[in-house]
Amino acid sequence: MARSKRGAAEINSSSMADIAFLLLIFFLVTTTIANDKGLTLQLPPNPDDIEQQDIKIPERNIFKILINSSDGLWIESEIMENTSEIREMVKVFVLNNGADPLSSDSPQEAIVSIKTKRGTSYEIFIDVYNEVQGAYYDMYAARAGVTNTKWREIASNTSDPDNKRIYTKARLDFPMQISIAEPDK
Amino acid sequence: MHKFKKKAKSDPEIPTSALPDIIFMLLFFFMVTTVLRETTIIVRQQIPKATELRKLQRKSLVSYLYMGKPQNSSKYGAEPKLQANDAYIEVREIIMWVENEKAKLDEAERDQITIALKVDAEVKMGIISDVQMQLRKANARKLMFSTPQRSDK
Repeated sequence: MARSKRGAAEINSSSMADIAFLLLIFFLVTTTIANDKGLTLQLPPNPDDIEQQDIKIPERNIFKILINSSDGLWIESEIMENTSEIREMVKVFVLNNGADPLSSDSPQEAIVSIKTKRGTSYEIFIDVYNEVQGAYYDMYAARAGVTNTKWREIASNTSDPDNKRIYTKARLDFPMQISIAEPDK
Repeated sequence: MHKFKKKAKSDPEIPTSALPDIIFMLLFFFMVTTVLRETTIIVRQQIPKATELRKLQRKSLVSYLYMGKPQNSSKYGAEPKLQANDAYIEVREIIMWVENEKAKLDEAERDQITIALKVDAEVKMGIISDVQMQLRKANARKLMFSTPQRSDK
């Protein structure tokens, strides 16, 4: 009995503090604050700085999406109930390569035009813009041989040389031309 | 003499078993009290969701612009307003605001400034296009419609 009392049964716990510290430092280093996400858009230059030129673009190379002030969709002279078909229509239009005389000549010349009214809601605009961008991302992803999600990751981080290479290759001769027209009154 | 003897026998070590607890308490305290730099939103923000999102590359280059109906509509009316840095601003003040935001960045990075728009679903495109026009004039042409991820697809 006396022996068991004398032999310290305690586990030396002085290093527990160090373990806790290690954990703390590990989390401090690895935690990254969740980045904000969203739909990107590059605005055209200041209208005062560019010369206004009338460039004739053949009707067939423009995919027209009009949204009126009660959020009704008018796409390529057709009334649409919802936005679900836009993605496929844009893909068919861009990848037409001159096959259908009413559709685009080539991906380089294809332009998707979104025009809203001043009274159009932001909600429907985002819905349409999302579908159009999604169509392009799908096409780029197919060209690069990756999934859409992976493609967006690559496109968001082109500082990596591998990503840069894939990105430039898929974008070559395949610009994303989405025009957002100024709304009518 | 007897007293001294006793002291010599007692363990001179400080018990350190409570030390991890103290550090854990510190950890939790900082975890709870840390507030990430945030502005108080004074406009309604029910942002429509989207699927084709891209990440912002560098957070330091991003400035936020909020749009929506004022929260306190009895005082500020029901028309959508713009909010930047805790206060309402007018559309014509955007150029000045962009210049201020650019001044916060390094000189070499000023043209890379990204404006993240956080817009309520009910806002109309009219005011959004006015804002876009001002941003073009201010030469802040990288724009992002900040939206949450929609999970259905």
